Amino acid sequence: VSTTVATPATAADPSKKVVASDRSVAENRLGRRLVAPAVILMLLVTAYPMLEALYLSLFRYRLTTPDDKGFVGLGNYVTILSDSLFWTDTLNTVIIMIVTVAVELVIGFAFAMVMHRIIFARGAMRTSILIPYGIITVVSAFAWQFTFSINNGWVNSWFGWLPGISDTTNWYGDHWHAMFAIMVSEIWKTTPFMALLLLAGLSQISEDMIEAAKVDGATASQRLFKVILPNMRAAIMVAVLFRALDAFRIFDNIFIMTKGAQNTASSSFLTYRQAIEQFQLGMGSALSVLLFLTVLLLAYLIVKFFRVDLAQARGEG
Amino acid sequence: MKKSGVGTYVGFVAIIVWCLLPVAWIISLSFKSLAETTTGSPQFLPKNPTLDNYKVLLGMTSDKSSSHDFLAALRNSFGISLIATVLAVLIATLAAYAIARLEFKGKRLVLSMALAIAMFPVVALVGPLFDMWRTFHLFNTWPGLIIPYMTFTLPLAIWTLSAFFREIPWEMEQAAQVDGATSWQAFRKVIVPLAAPGVFTAAILTFFFAWNEFVLAISLTSTTGARTVPAQMSFFVGPDPFNPPYSQLATAAVIVTVPVIIIVLLFQRKIVAGLTSGAVKG
Repeated sequence: VSTTVATPATAADPSKKVVASDRSVAENRLGRRLVAPAVILMLLVTAYPMLEALYLSLFRYRLTTPDDKGFVGLGNYVTILSDSLFWTDTLNTVIIMIVTVAVELVIGFAFAMVMHRIIFARGAMRTSILIPYGIITVVSAFAWQFTFSINNGWVNSWFGWLPGISDTTNWYGDHWHAMFAIMVSEIWKTTPFMALLLLAGLSQISEDMIEAAKVDGATASQRLFKVILPNMRAAIMVAVLFRALDAFRIFDNIFIMTKGAQNTASSSFLTYRQAIEQFQLGMGSALSVLLFLTVLLLAYLIVKFFRVDLAQARGEG
Repeated sequence: MKKSGVGTYVGFVAIIVWCLLPVAWIISLSFKSLAETTTGSPQFLPKNPTLDNYKVLLGMTSDKSSSHDFLAALRNSFGISLIATVLAVLIATLAAYAIARLEFKGKRLVLSMALAIAMFPVVALVGPLFDMWRTFHLFNTWPGLIIPYMTFTLPLAIWTLSAFFREIPWEMEQAAQVDGATSWQAFRKVIVPLAAPGVFTAAILTFFFAWNEFVLAISLTSTTGARTVPAQMSFFVGPDPFNPPYSQLATAAVIVTVPVIIIVLLFQRKIVAGLTSGAVKG
């Protein structure tokens, strides 16, 4: 009952129309004040260190020999880009990203269909699907490392009947076996997230539309590919975008399961190893900048290529 | 018109097995004796189930070396995750309220920034943060982890909260005031109960992130003074680095998974709502 007096004056005076009303000025100010802490914190902890990385990347700078610090221009970048290790690790990361996201999309969609149709034990289903999501990645990595272990794992004994698997299969003995084990852990842990996003998309589709297609004589696969999937486009794209960028940052699984042995290192692992384990802050910073640019490029490509409109997807339109 | 066909039953069983098999595996492994895993024990269930690993890790034996480090890490994990959660949710609530209710310039910019940070490669920051934290004496301290954890959970919290806040019928606040409630009463009795579920959901998701985080935890700490459980586990190799103490690691894994399972059991509906709130309409 306090604020409904001040409007007639401004309405009467046409010259003041262009000026923002007191109310909207105040709202503007309050809005900015409320978001300020979040914005300042985000800038301080990400933008500032990123600029610092950009600066450090131009120097030869190793913490063990700080007196040897010197300006090398783009030297670090030249070293990295001409080193095959960088390209091997980037290729590994891209392979992991593409394979895991593709597999998760298929399994996740199957899970979402089951969760959508199921009419019993919905709570039990939701609880179990959230366990891989909530579990610590390091724990998932250990669980799968032990699963594939030659002395203590059950994969070799359970799947010994498959060609190529026997009691003596060493899953950490060569590149592709180790990559497979890493990807299984990654897929296990993150499929639930994919399934839940797809389920949300699935529940947006009206049952009437699917019924109508059925009445018109569409087969099950026609209903899936012509009705259900096109109508879930936004949800699928958001899920792919989030998961692809997340998979590209893979680190925990590799650190625990192989420590990068058998050429299984990822871009993140390489960056960590240079900056923290070898104290190469200059080189590590250059890798950070390259990693950042790669993620940015990837996000841009996915958004452009798949035409993801996040604002529209969340109803900001 | 929904029905559960045979396929749905098969799918149900497949999902349950998929989700719970690895969990059952580490639980089973945690009951195997250290001697059994050292000599190699490829069968799923333990030969002679034992509680020894739990006793060792929880400090119920005379040898306190493992339990001391593990319990310190557990304390760090709980403390750091809880403090980061409370602070992040507080800051995110302010921002999300502004985004959901007010018109101001730069709103889209804030949302884009949050989105960019959600996709940021955290590992790209470890080098510069390592350098900065040593200068500010934040290296290997609780605040040294709390500050970045808050930052990286803000996007998720803002995103979830603003989606929730947009659904709140804010007119009810004025309606209560018209009915004679004071502003404070209207806020406390009308708005807080409506907003609480969203805030709580954001808090759960934030806690999961902090509890799970690994890259910063191993890069910005060096001792059990601030090392969290995932970091501590990754460095816990036992006396023989080529033969890690499988069953003890599995035991540690089970212990840190218990809080996750409790939270999931209690709040599964809220978590699902929070995870999908930002992703699709409605």
